[in-house]
Amino acid sequence: MTTTSDAPPKAGFRPSQLIYDTRYRSLTIQVIAFIALMLGLSWLVSNTITNLSALGKDFDFGFLGQRAGYDINQRLIEYDSTSTHGRAALVGILNTLLIAVLGCVLATIVGVLAGVLRLSKNWLVAKLMAIYVEGFRNIPVLLWILLIFALMTEATPQPRDFREGGDASMILGDTIAITNRGVFIPAPFWGAGAGILLAVFLVSLVAIFFWRRYAHRTQEQTGRILPIGWGTLGLLIVPTAVAFLALGMTSGRVTQPVLATGATEGMTLADYAASQQTINACAVPFSTESLNLRRLMRSQEIRFNYVAVEDAAGALTALEAGNCNILSLPASVDIATVPAGAVALSDTIRRGMPVEFERPVLGGFNFEGGLQLRNSLIALWLALSLYTGAFIAENVRGGILSVSKGQTEAAFALGIKPSRTMRLVILPQALRVIIPPMISQYLNLTKNSSLAIAVGYMDVRSTLGGITINQTGKELEGMLLLGLFYLVTSLIISSAMNLYNSRVKLKER
Amino acid sequence: MKKSVLFGALTTAGLAAGAAQAATLDDVKERGELNCGVVTGLAGFGAPDANGVWEGFDVAVCRAVAAAVLGDPMAVNFVPTTGQTRFTALASGEIDMLARNTTWTFSRDTDLKFDFVGVNYYDGQGFIVPTALGVSSAKDLDGATICIQTGTTTELNLADFFRNNNISYEPVPVETNAEGQQQYLAGACDAYTTDASGLAATRATFENPGDHVILPEIISKEPLGPLVRHGDNEWADIVRWTLNALIAAEEYGVTSANVNELASAPGTNPEVNRLLGTEGELGGMIGLENDWAKNAIAAGGNYGEIFEKNIGENTPIGLARGLNAQWTNGGLIYAPPFR
Repeated sequence: MTTTSDAPPKAGFRPSQLIYDTRYRSLTIQVIAFIALMLGLSWLVSNTITNLSALGKDFDFGFLGQRAGYDINQRLIEYDSTSTHGRAALVGILNTLLIAVLGCVLATIVGVLAGVLRLSKNWLVAKLMAIYVEGFRNIPVLLWILLIFALMTEATPQPRDFREGGDASMILGDTIAITNRGVFIPAPFWGAGAGILLAVFLVSLVAIFFWRRYAHRTQEQTGRILPIGWGTLGLLIVPTAVAFLALGMTSGRVTQPVLATGATEGMTLADYAASQQTINACAVPFSTESLNLRRLMRSQEIRFNYVAVEDAAGALTALEAGNCNILSLPASVDIATVPAGAVALSDTIRRGMPVEFERPVLGGFNFEGGLQLRNSLIALWLALSLYTGAFIAENVRGGILSVSKGQTEAAFALGIKPSRTMRLVILPQALRVIIPPMISQYLNLTKNSSLAIAVGYMDVRSTLGGITINQTGKELEGMLLLGLFYLVTSLIISSAMNLYNSRVKLKER
Repeated sequence: MKKSVLFGALTTAGLAAGAAQAATLDDVKERGELNCGVVTGLAGFGAPDANGVWEGFDVAVCRAVAAAVLGDPMAVNFVPTTGQTRFTALASGEIDMLARNTTWTFSRDTDLKFDFVGVNYYDGQGFIVPTALGVSSAKDLDGATICIQTGTTTELNLADFFRNNNISYEPVPVETNAEGQQQYLAGACDAYTTDASGLAATRATFENPGDHVILPEIISKEPLGPLVRHGDNEWADIVRWTLNALIAAEEYGVTSANVNELASAPGTNPEVNRLLGTEGELGGMIGLENDWAKNAIAAGGNYGEIFEKNIGENTPIGLARGLNAQWTNGGLIYAPPFR
């Protein structure tokens, strides 16, 4: 019998096997591709270096420490034209993050509503939502930004139309002014006891958590359903409201003296103002003391400069350094210890409620006080949210449709109310379909916010990637930093959402 | 495999060619066209007319350079640039020169690696406000909202001016002059600030120019001029001396009307003879034909003619010569001698 065992000859490795042997070929191709990629990259880098040196430009990030020299209208942290380019970039970053957070929140609300309503049995509602989704999804977001901005600028009145004889007026009891420069809303000021108020609020949040856990446990053990919604709402509002009233009745009524340097005891503010060339008032920004001091000054039509300080100790230091000549301190501070010979004037101010709101009032050119939501912010916010919301609506609709109708019918058969069916049966199953595409929508919104420059919103693309690059000529460095920022932000958003996704996805045990 | 190697080689060669930017003059001659960066649209200084043909005070400099180098004033490819994109466009070689009301500053000349070849308009930054506002001085603008083109020196001057005077303002950044004009007219800003010449040009396009007033304060020096990339001195010389030729032509009375006649035979003024190439070899010294200056002047006239035609007192823009008169008339416009 002939043996058919064809034991392969133990031949050594031959180079030709790298191409002809399937075991090695894929490896060969990968190595070659990798080398080609690296060569390409190194060529790009060396080309950049050669061309930069040919242009006589160096590569360094020192410009971030130089004086920026330009002003930014919307700044969440302190910044002026003497700050550095690095600080300007930070202001831009915060503005970008602000629009991203605001946009993601509104887009989610709009998207979930539109997605659910598009499945409504009401023909009109369903069709309206379909029009919204298709309209926004199929038109570039830049057009929506420009359109909303143009509407805000052209269709709303100028601040000077709000003067007597003008045809515009503020709404909601003179608290909100809608102008072509933005919407002015009351701004919150934090007074004495604001810390207590915050503590009460936090405690009530903890209480809500425990109340909900207790309610769930009761239901599981006894089947009795406790009013979770009402309980939550009550816990959210009542303790804080009671604390607010109590604090307002006590510390809110306390008055405190206005101190001034170079004044005589018991002088009135008006006399003091007349005796001084300039009035520089030290105050903590967004504190009720600063608000009430300003109200007092305004009521007597005194012009003054505002010197921002950290706290009462900071105000005393500034007074000693001569940076300001008027300030207000709580009565608990012994006036004898106040440096620079400041004495109390006859006018006093109230310490005020834990939280007070300052209304915007029409000043020389524009509304003063209050909070200005600029048109650029509003246009960008609305356009990004509505645009992204349309995509989210489709994700939500798809997610809901992915849950079999049998689930709803089974829930109804058990006698569960429709609202509870949606919340407890459908949505938990739909979420695992909705969340993954939602992550990329959030990323899109964040990246699309770099269109801000179109309406002059000062995001990081406009500050670091725009004016700073233009003034310093550091295109490569600026663009690299900008790219890095968007990369890091996107990675953070997607990892946070992935964490949430792993919580809601189908658990297989 | 062979194919992809070939493609790779082609790509590499293409990129390498794009990266090389040595002699701008040779590039322009080879291309047969001058790439000139201009403003996106500013009446009188640079804007396309009804037929899409670019014209204006800055555009005329591009045309003169094209005429001097290529002999054809129309051989220009105009690249509109904003305040933000202009420097990148020039540094990257997308344009050969920039003639776009750009202020000559120290850092732009040195750190940004450009060469300003001269000044074709001495300007300063001003403010325009509606007459109805009742403002008579820029110092009354405390708390005002001000529209400002972003990425310009005016942005920095504005910050300095308000800081020095210890008054506050709210900047509204806009990208182009047209956008600034629209925002200003809608009342989204109380005042609009840019170079005074630009304000005059912008006001000329308003429906009711009389309802707007340019405030008397000029808060900065803005010498505007054409610029080229740093490092190519031959090319810088060509642009510089083309501008000087236009200025010298006005001084010596050479106009678009008589330039051909003067260039046909040597005249009595040796400087004019050298300028127009009837005497000496000035053209050869900068690598051009000897009739380069004649072509440049014939393109749109001398400096004075260009001024009067585009932004002078008989145009809607209505700017007086002022600082931009010849030095012989008490202005600052002065060309070094042609010899």
